[in-house]
Amino acid sequence: MQQSNTYIIIFTAVMTVIVGGLLSLTSQGLAPAQKKSIELDTKTQILSSVMDREQLSKMKPDEILSMYNERIASLVVDINGQIIEKDEKGEDMVAEEVSILKNYKKDPSERQYPVFKYMNESDLNKVDAYIIPIYGAGLWNAIWGYVALESDLNTITGASFDHTGETPGLGARITSPEIQNRYVGKKILSDNGEIISVNMVKGEGNEGLNEHQVDGMSGATITGRGVNDMLKAYLSHYESYFTTIKNGATAKL
Amino acid sequence: MSTETLEQTEEVAVVKKPAEGLLSKRRKAFITDPLNEDNPITVQVLGICSALAVTVKMEPTLIMSIAVVFVIVFSNLIISLIRNLVPNRVRIIVQLAVIATLVTLVNEVLKAYNYEMYKVLGAFVGLIITNCIVMGRLEAFAMGNKPYDSVLDGIGSGFGYAWIILTVAFFRELFGSGSIFDFKIFEAVGISNFATNGLMVDSIGAFVVLGVLIWVQRSKTGYVEH
Repeated sequence: MQQSNTYIIIFTAVMTVIVGGLLSLTSQGLAPAQKKSIELDTKTQILSSVMDREQLSKMKPDEILSMYNERIASLVVDINGQIIEKDEKGEDMVAEEVSILKNYKKDPSERQYPVFKYMNESDLNKVDAYIIPIYGAGLWNAIWGYVALESDLNTITGASFDHTGETPGLGARITSPEIQNRYVGKKILSDNGEIISVNMVKGEGNEGLNEHQVDGMSGATITGRGVNDMLKAYLSHYESYFTTIKNGATAKL
Repeated sequence: MSTETLEQTEEVAVVKKPAEGLLSKRRKAFITDPLNEDNPITVQVLGICSALAVTVKMEPTLIMSIAVVFVIVFSNLIISLIRNLVPNRVRIIVQLAVIATLVTLVNEVLKAYNYEMYKVLGAFVGLIITNCIVMGRLEAFAMGNKPYDSVLDGIGSGFGYAWIILTVAFFRELFGSGSIFDFKIFEAVGISNFATNGLMVDSIGAFVVLGVLIWVQRSKTGYVEH
């Protein structure tokens, strides 16, 4: 069957309208549910840097959200450690809504840095851990995560990493608890208080690692290097904030 | 593909018979053929890319299977319904538009209701659009057959794809991660020191399993490449 050009044009035009309409309706209709799942995902990731993952995976979405509301107090600081209360539009800053990616593209001095404080279960004024988001480049694409520091701002309580496109079985292992647990208990500061971060070494099965080193991932040296770089970069971006807390804490004593 | 087009014209000729049973012998063949003798992956060797990429674990594979079955059945149905309206010169574009719309729907629904899987499957759901199985069925079957037959054909091809990738995923997860649906099967039966095979987690593992699968199947059906 051979149709005229007019028929073809009309056909494709009608098809485009139907398909376009259908897709925009779906997108609009599902937007609230999608927003909710993204929020849940972010909050789960934040919590997983300080909580037992097994326990977390057994919790229902509502439980996670209420747990988050109860235990996490968040704020946003700038590079100098000063709290930012209002955003550009003059509205209250919400740390959860700060896009780490958008900020990553800015110069470090202009970025907004969210901090998530994990509060003590019995004493809600006491901070158990400071959780900071980190973002960087792996081998193929972006990698990011959250690192939780104990209230001494030196010992790592936990870390959670995620990625867009690292090689499955190699670099993608950064999402596994096995790798992330290697960071627990490691120190980020040298004896005289300088940030030296924690480095993932090359190769796997290394022995005699010090408190600033974790075992590497076999076959994923570059992803490991990406993790090292982002960790070190973000720890230094948050250094002034950490200093203000430490000074504040000593003043109270 | 050329032999297939021939088969299709034969099938079109048979459709003319009046009052055929809902699951007549001919129609059953639409479903059963792609499951074994005319399997899209192992015989037609289509859709290999996603068969390699998503089969590291059972759960994402299952979601992927459901997505592909959904897309293939509904795109077959829609194309078959409008097959006499579609201008011949732009039919490929129309087929693509239908597939892309359905895939985007699946992707959006996943993002809203199963974000975890959305992250795992990532680009691969989007890549169903380029899965030759879907487009192959539209071009070879739905364009020339009635809606009901096309739906059956879609179900057949969809499940033909699904059972193969699920089998591949079963072995890959079993040997690569020592689990099935994330359930640590070896620990459950008391083997705690089971050495997982890194090769299985890699795409290479999928090639190996798929190769063995094709070998077993062809030695049974006696199929040879022409």
